[in-house]
Amino acid sequence: MAEIMEKAAATEAATTPVISVRGVTVDFPLRRGNFRAVEDVSFDIMPGEVLGVVGESGAGKSMTGSAIIGLIEPPGRITAGEVLLHGKRIDNLPPDEMQKLRGKRIGMVFQDPLTSLNPLYRIGDQIVETIRRHLPVSEAEARERAIGLLREAGIPSPEDRIDAYPHQFSGGMRQRVVIALALAAEPELIIADEPTSALDVSVQAQIIKVLKRLCEKHGAAVMLITHDMGVIAETADRMIVMNKGRIVETGKVGDIIRRPKEDYTIKLIDAIPSITDPIRVHEKPPAQTPLVEVKNLVRDFDLSGSMFDRLFGRTAKVVHAVDDVSFSIRKGSTYGLVGESGSGKSTCARMMVGLIRPTAGEVLLDGKDIWQAGAFERRRKVQMIFQDPYASLNPRWRVGDIVAEPIKALGLASGRGEVEDRVADLLERVRLDAASMRKFPHEFSGGQRQRIAIARALSSQPEFIVCDEPTSALDVSVQAQVLDLMRRLQDEFGLTYLLISHNLAVVRTMADDVGVLNQGKLVEQGPVDKVFDSPQDEYTRMLLSSVPDISKIV
Amino acid sequence: MLSFILKRLVQSVVVMLVVALIAFMLFRYVGDPVASMLGQESRIQDHDALRERLGLNDPFYVQFANFISNAVRGEFGISYRLQQPVSELIASRLPATIELAFASALMALVIGVTLGVMSALKPRSIATALVMTLSLVGVSLPTFLIGIGLIYVFAVELQWLPSFGRGAVVDLGWWKTGLLTESGLRSLILPAITLSLFQLTLIMRLVRAEMLEVLRQDYIKFARARGLSARTINFGHALKNTLVPVITITGLQLGSVIAFAIVTETVFQWPGVGSLFVNSVQVVDVPVMAAYLMFIAFVFVVINLIVDILYYVVDPRLRIGRAAQ
Repeated sequence: MAEIMEKAAATEAATTPVISVRGVTVDFPLRRGNFRAVEDVSFDIMPGEVLGVVGESGAGKSMTGSAIIGLIEPPGRITAGEVLLHGKRIDNLPPDEMQKLRGKRIGMVFQDPLTSLNPLYRIGDQIVETIRRHLPVSEAEARERAIGLLREAGIPSPEDRIDAYPHQFSGGMRQRVVIALALAAEPELIIADEPTSALDVSVQAQIIKVLKRLCEKHGAAVMLITHDMGVIAETADRMIVMNKGRIVETGKVGDIIRRPKEDYTIKLIDAIPSITDPIRVHEKPPAQTPLVEVKNLVRDFDLSGSMFDRLFGRTAKVVHAVDDVSFSIRKGSTYGLVGESGSGKSTCARMMVGLIRPTAGEVLLDGKDIWQAGAFERRRKVQMIFQDPYASLNPRWRVGDIVAEPIKALGLASGRGEVEDRVADLLERVRLDAASMRKFPHEFSGGQRQRIAIARALSSQPEFIVCDEPTSALDVSVQAQVLDLMRRLQDEFGLTYLLISHNLAVVRTMADDVGVLNQGKLVEQGPVDKVFDSPQDEYTRMLLSSVPDISKIV
Repeated sequence: MLSFILKRLVQSVVVMLVVALIAFMLFRYVGDPVASMLGQESRIQDHDALRERLGLNDPFYVQFANFISNAVRGEFGISYRLQQPVSELIASRLPATIELAFASALMALVIGVTLGVMSALKPRSIATALVMTLSLVGVSLPTFLIGIGLIYVFAVELQWLPSFGRGAVVDLGWWKTGLLTESGLRSLILPAITLSLFQLTLIMRLVRAEMLEVLRQDYIKFARARGLSARTINFGHALKNTLVPVITITGLQLGSVIAFAIVTETVFQWPGVGSLFVNSVQVVDVPVMAAYLMFIAFVFVVINLIVDILYYVVDPRLRIGRAAQ
């Protein structure tokens, strides 16, 4: 009899959700009225399950996570619904009881490993204080446990590294530490808020593996919040699609990705580029003659310290950021440059637009070296689009002045009227209202700002545009629109692009040729389909296999 | 670390040399030192003899080198006004200034940091609003007005505290302290408050602003998500991060507390270096002025050096030599 009871209790434990969210609504009463961040959201997470929560920025996915763990920034609060942890209501607990529950029963991992650890505390101290806060163990036992956790999270020689400070770890290693911290007191639920978005693809794949393995081992359920459908496809069992604070669709990951039902989900999935997408077809095929040629480009950075450091015997340290790179870009085509952070992509781009001088080698535009004979032409013919549309536009200038600056600086138009006509025309070409020229950048969304940046790049009637991660700060649906605009402009004006991106899927759908950079060296190049479908180099293969992609559903 | 300190030391020496040059020019070219020393009713021969004896006929660089070598030994000549060696004069006045400066710096630091942290943790409370408003008064009122106001209220009307001087002092042989007698301590209160008020409000506002910034950081949010208690987060994680920039400003402020004690010392007739300087300016006592200039520059340079070293102690990110990866 007792045995049957026990068994029943065990099955019940397996069938009660770890967390139940029931009709939760989060409101922010602001001066301009009420802002509803989350509306009537309900879902369950079962023990050991990984639930993916996907949506674009402002969809309310992070806010839902904060609501569960009780960390909504004031004045926001839960105004309706309830949160149950193993069937017990927790959203109405007094603050000090909620505080004891955080970390102990619900752990959290944040997006940016560079900022989630306190820079002035040793990582060991941060883990030990968390363990001792929640578990009745001595300092020495806690330290022992901390070393164990670090080892499980894949930190090599944790006995030595435990006394290091966060800045002594790389981004991926820090995120391992953060995961170890979140698991320190054996919580039943881990809320991972964009745990890999700030990391390189190869590191991203490792971190997802660590997170999954550890949660399985400790039996923790995971709520995985991300904007990256690829990560969900590879990691989660079930998923929720959120939009504007509401749940749009819930279901098995495979079902939603293959057969989305709701309009929003269909559009969202449609907008996501994949590394297996068909390659790009131009309206006019690009010419065979190269417009830009890069020959044996080298750039060294001298990292050795000052005269004093040398006096004390520190040897000179030179980093080869770009090491003997050569490629050429056909007129009217797009050349994609891919690689992880620190591979030299951006240094390469900066040398090609004339922002940094190469240590050796040359960049030829129409056969003339842009650092010598072609220096003046370069200013008109070469333009650049930057990653962050929030930082690349002067906030105190009107859009009209921003777009007109290259025209004025290069003396391409005479008289105010002509400049204004040109700016209006450019804004219309990037699908913005000509009246926007009187507005300031902050009045626009991220996607619209990137259009303004494109208009500015086009205003000198360039032939060659360097696009450095042009869409990585944007949501997928906005990214699709911006990429589409870039494609159309390319065919319309016969532009030549150098596209730098860590997102291989974007490169696949945009580029004609691609080059893979690793530690400053070009390891492989060729037509996009050839490189992506049958990669020759070890590094390219590794890169392609670690990309979380919606075609790789578990 | 060692190379860093050496670098800073070299920079400090350069700064001191530049200040010494200015002090020397003051000494040598503002007025005629010989005329100042001998007065108007003296003979030309005496002037020439003294000029020769003081080495004033030597070329510029020899004089400057002599000035430096004397300065290094702490010799700045003889005060025109008091006819005593300047070094002795300053040494006898220094304890008063240092005690005043440290008392007020301590007050500013303790009260300023406490109020700053409190007002950052409870940004919407009435007490915070009150403190912030009062701090504006502290920043905007000139020091001498505060001093006179305090004297009027506590010394003239209420007659609780003395209005001037240092009270009774105890001579420890090398240091005359007012901290060991009741009258000395009572005399210290008003000038210390006067001198600290500006620094206090500055430190408070700085700590508040930094703390509010730090509390927005991800690692504070993560610390909350780890379930740490509010006390650990606010007074451990947040405060330690707040202190990094506060150290710089506080260090520089301590320098200026010593340097600009002049006004407070004058208002309270505090027998410190500042009032010595003011009295010397009135009678163009150039050796004292030059020595004071050197002394203040030295104080600033030393404090800056200490601040830079403290950075290393507080912020592990600066200990580059130990970076493992």
